Amino acid sequence: MATLSVCQIPSSGFSFDYCKRNALLEAEITKLGFNAPAARKTGTTICGLVFKDGVILGADTRATEGMVVADKNCSKIHYISPNIYCCGAGTAADTEMTTQIISSNLELHSLSTGRLPRVATANRMLKQMLFRYQGYIGAALVLGGVDCMGPHLYSIYPHGSTDKLPYVTMGSGSLAAMAVFEDRYKPDMEEEVAKQLVRDAIAAGIFNDLGSGSNIDLCVITKSKVDYLRPHDEANKKGVRAGSYRYKHGTTGVLTKTVVPLDLEVLEETVQTMDTS
Amino acid sequence: MPQNTRGLRSQLKDTVAVTGLCPQAGAYGVQDTLRKGFTSVKNELLPSHPLELSEKNFQLNQDKMNFATLRNIQGLHAPLKLQMEYRAARQIQRLPFLQSSNIALDTLRGSDEYIGFEDILNDPAQSEVMGEPHIMVEYKQGVL
Repeated sequence: MATLSVCQIPSSGFSFDYCKRNALLEAEITKLGFNAPAARKTGTTICGLVFKDGVILGADTRATEGMVVADKNCSKIHYISPNIYCCGAGTAADTEMTTQIISSNLELHSLSTGRLPRVATANRMLKQMLFRYQGYIGAALVLGGVDCMGPHLYSIYPHGSTDKLPYVTMGSGSLAAMAVFEDRYKPDMEEEVAKQLVRDAIAAGIFNDLGSGSNIDLCVITKSKVDYLRPHDEANKKGVRAGSYRYKHGTTGVLTKTVVPLDLEVLEETVQTMDTS
Repeated sequence: MPQNTRGLRSQLKDTVAVTGLCPQAGAYGVQDTLRKGFTSVKNELLPSHPLELSEKNFQLNQDKMNFATLRNIQGLHAPLKLQMEYRAARQIQRLPFLQSSNIALDTLRGSDEYIGFEDILNDPAQSEVMGEPHIMVEYKQGVL
């Protein structure tokens, strides 16, 4: 609110200055018969599973914004630390900033301890942060990684609750993906079989959920290395056009042609030196 | 020294959120029109963001919880000593209208090894506006 004088430096963090103004505007604009802009619907399929020597994370690459596909090839698997990655569903900016902040905190943490961070640490940091903001940070995450205690996979909900499971899915396509996992998941799978299963789960989301689409990204994390496959597979390849449908030059005959030269007169001419310092 | 105690009281006033019937009340319990402007009933009826209050008191509640835990584990002396250190560290600041790094307080709290939204959003160090220095110093000293 506007005051006559500022007595203190305003504190940093989220600013709620405009909440009252927006509530007022919304009430006024409804009275006039208009609608205030509403939040756009999002959609995603992300999933992950634990296999014999590690964790595989998978994601589609469509960014949905209501009825519009905002981005056909966006990246939903975010870096957390060298041995931990995180898929994000929900508000894109929120998942991006959340993972970046946790990534920075884990880096500070691992610098001060001198060890690779553990997945449980990342999970705890994420859930405490999301719980603090009571679901207003719309980030639904699938967190996976391999640390000194072996492979771990968590799903984290926007309100801060978490699950630790051998296979998890998130986003609007989670039901389609989970159906594939429930059908074919087995403990201690080989890497190639597991990759195929994650691919099929994401493909199920892509084909059965309108909010998900485009390509399939995978991230295979094992004890020794990380394979970030982007794109791993293109779910629907665009067809190649059989022929060119453009008109050839000269299709329309030119009957007459007149050129009228503009009569311009130079009145003044100055030369300026260019400042090149 | 009376001046000093008034100064401390004004610090307390800023950290503890006073939520009563009249949130804009001044030092004498009535609306301070000269400094806060005119009141508007509409302003107080409109809902603000649900997170606003919890965010405002977050650090305070966090400290309270830590002190309570510390008291249960180590006894009363531990939170007392820590609170004394907090108070001392909180007084190491630049003049009220200049941004302070609060490095001593951050180190005591352990927040020097933590990055949150308060470090990246609305950073006072990058603020484009500045308050009136005289008013801010007087407010801090409890004169205003």
